[in-house]
Amino acid sequence: MANTHVATSVGLAHHFDDIEQQREAGTLGMWAFLVTEVMFFGGLFLAYILYRSRYPVEFAVASNSLNVTMGFINTLVLICSSLTMALGVYFSQVGNRSLLILFLILTMILGLTFLVIKGVEYNEKYVEHHIPVRFQTYQFKWEPRVSEAGGAREESWRAVDTGHVEMFFWLYFAMTGVHALHMIIGLGILTTLVLMARRGRFTPQYHSPVELSGLYWHFVDIVWIFLFPLLYLIGAHLH
Amino acid sequence: MGEHIVSRKIYFAIFAALVVLTVVTWSVAKIDLGRMNAVVALTIAVIKATLVVLYFMHIRYSSRLTWVFVGAGFFWLAIMIALTLGDYMTRGWLTIAQ
Repeated sequence: MANTHVATSVGLAHHFDDIEQQREAGTLGMWAFLVTEVMFFGGLFLAYILYRSRYPVEFAVASNSLNVTMGFINTLVLICSSLTMALGVYFSQVGNRSLLILFLILTMILGLTFLVIKGVEYNEKYVEHHIPVRFQTYQFKWEPRVSEAGGAREESWRAVDTGHVEMFFWLYFAMTGVHALHMIIGLGILTTLVLMARRGRFTPQYHSPVELSGLYWHFVDIVWIFLFPLLYLIGAHLH
Repeated sequence: MGEHIVSRKIYFAIFAALVVLTVVTWSVAKIDLGRMNAVVALTIAVIKATLVVLYFMHIRYSSRLTWVFVGAGFFWLAIMIALTLGDYMTRGWLTIAQ
């Protein structure tokens, strides 16, 4: 029985009855992993919620100093990369190898674009002394950008607690940092997929690695969908 | 039965919706709505995430068992946030962000 399955279904492991059962098990396993990821990022989001609720003014003022345009462009880049990844999965399902490889590479290019823009942003933060560390050679500094118009709100900006502003940047770097790490891991996974696809390892019957890597890539996109408004936009109305 | 293949038309429609919602969330953030800013931003983010989960991640076409896994994950996240906030707020340690 089992031997006939192995002979007819390429990529079927011997401990599964058929390719359908194997795919279902793979999807469930991937989601079990993604749930641990939800809890991992969830802890950081919870820390963000607590500190922002405690220091709302400092968080809005600190957020206002981020480069919203770059965050916005990066959001669009990631959404585009989710589309190209989804299309890659589609072409693996219909068995079009060359378009599968093309869309995997497009996804990688968009992922790299995201990381380059993130790097430019990190460099801006470095130059502005907004990295929350206190070394002898480099220290966190905060000089509020106060508009010339003045007014009661601008006055309250001057009074913000530098330590609380620093906490925002600590969360900014922790959250975008582990997110960027996930992007780098995702690029490694995509590279592996391209190599496997070139060797003709995927068929319309067996392409679970593409499908499951797609789930991972989309999950990382979802994390950014929350990071963008929470980090970049909470001070956007202060102008 | 074989797996459900989502059509490219649906992928492009979801992509368009995500782009539009991103532009909306940025535009609304520039207007001072007080506490409603956070509510609007999070509502849009939840809608975007739901679209990605249902269509890009194929959950809409997945088995009930997969739904249970996904639902359990987000339910536990909700427990963690709700109970922690409940604790902090009943101690009067938090003022809700303006």
